[in-house]
Amino acid sequence: MLTEFGNILAFFIAGALFTGGGLIASWLFRPRRPYADKLSTYECGETPIGPSHIRFNIRFYVVALIFLVFEVEAVFLFPWALVYRDFGMFAFVEMLIFIGILIVGYVYVWRKGDLEWDKPVPQFAPQSKRTVIEEPHETVLN
Amino acid sequence: METLLTILNEPAVTAVLLALLPLAFILVYALVVLYGEMKMAAHIQNRLAYMENGWHGTLQPFADMLKLLQKEDIIPAAADKFLFILAPYLVFVGTYASFAVLPFSSGYIGSNIDLGIFYLVAVSSLVVVGLLMSGWASNNKWSLFGALRSAAQIVSYEIPGVLAILGVVMVYGTMNMQTMTQMQEGGIQNWLILGGDLPLGQKLALIPFVFVLFVIYLISSMAEVNRTPFDLPEAESELVQGYNTEYSGMKFAIFYLAEYANLFLVSAVVVVMFFGGWSSPFGSFMNGPVWGGFWFVAKGMFFVFFNIWLRWTLPRLRVDQLMYVSWKVLTPFALVCIVAIGFIMVV
Repeated sequence: MLTEFGNILAFFIAGALFTGGGLIASWLFRPRRPYADKLSTYECGETPIGPSHIRFNIRFYVVALIFLVFEVEAVFLFPWALVYRDFGMFAFVEMLIFIGILIVGYVYVWRKGDLEWDKPVPQFAPQSKRTVIEEPHETVLN
Repeated sequence: METLLTILNEPAVTAVLLALLPLAFILVYALVVLYGEMKMAAHIQNRLAYMENGWHGTLQPFADMLKLLQKEDIIPAAADKFLFILAPYLVFVGTYASFAVLPFSSGYIGSNIDLGIFYLVAVSSLVVVGLLMSGWASNNKWSLFGALRSAAQIVSYEIPGVLAILGVVMVYGTMNMQTMTQMQEGGIQNWLILGGDLPLGQKLALIPFVFVLFVIYLISSMAEVNRTPFDLPEAESELVQGYNTEYSGMKFAIFYLAEYANLFLVSAVVVVMFFGGWSSPFGSFMNGPVWGGFWFVAKGMFFVFFNIWLRWTLPRLRVDQLMYVSWKVLTPFALVCIVAIGFIMVV
């Protein structure tokens, strides 16, 4: 018998085998008639304009950073959650301190406005009270 | 024949063969859900959907499967060929490896590790890498945006999801999914959604918070499988098909299969955490390894149905609403629930 983690490896292998098997099975049946137009990048029938690896919204990066902070915190909380029933009050106070630190960071990120996503602002609607920083505008796509 | 038997007796080969069991389930389930989703969608929108092949179109999923199998496989000239081919492998393997820790019944669990749900959260994150890879390697604007949105959305919703799991782990004191289910055995009153197997006072105090955690996990799991109202990554009105725009034939089918498998996976996690896993709602009546499998699949399918129902009922969220819900609503609520559950458990 394998260990339990050996069984997990077996699941990885089984998944890869199925994917590979499916692709090989389809390779046996499918036609192969490539030509230049068929192999061109799909852009709804138009000839693609410019490179595809274009600039995207910096928000994606910020979200990934915030995610990293929270995820690492959560990973640290799991061992604590496991022994919670045995440790009682001590664990509870420890957790309050730990989550307290997390919440400080969370409030900071919230106040800095990093949890906001660019909202389309109607052109003639009244602006919000917060001052809008004028900057050279460049089209950034989500 | 003799050599075949010795090969089959090899523990590694046996393990792989046993690991193919959930795959058989996934394939049957995918056909059922493919048909079921189309039919449900149609009836919600007052249409009929498949009617031609077989009785009420029941043969349609098989026809679809055969069609996808013999479609030409197009790899765009601009694509990064190696990553383009690797991406479906990562997506499917990431999804399928998570099935290893699902307790299908008291008699079958792929791998009974104590890390359980923690492993599941970690491995299902492989899917994000696969999606990003597919979007990048396609070298297509739609795919790139779809992949980026998908990654941003999945990581954003992973936080409330993981926090909800954390709250649940606090109550159980274990991450082993088989043990979690065993702790909820003995009838519907022992399910965590009704307070678990705790003393009555704690149980009653726990119910509202556990219910909130359940809702949080349900919402974030819907976002993690990229389904409406959170299907921005494949918003067909703006991004054609999202990250798998350039995929065709079998590779596309594998993305699709992985999506459906993922749908069952998150539903199964909901069932194990809150609804007693394979345990029968009637105590020892209709309980046992075989009935266990039935209950597990039935409860899982209910949440799959729930997901499909929501998909065809709600409109799609806007991207800023998406981020708002995750970071400013679900996360604070999850934190409050964790503190509250912690308080209840020590008092």
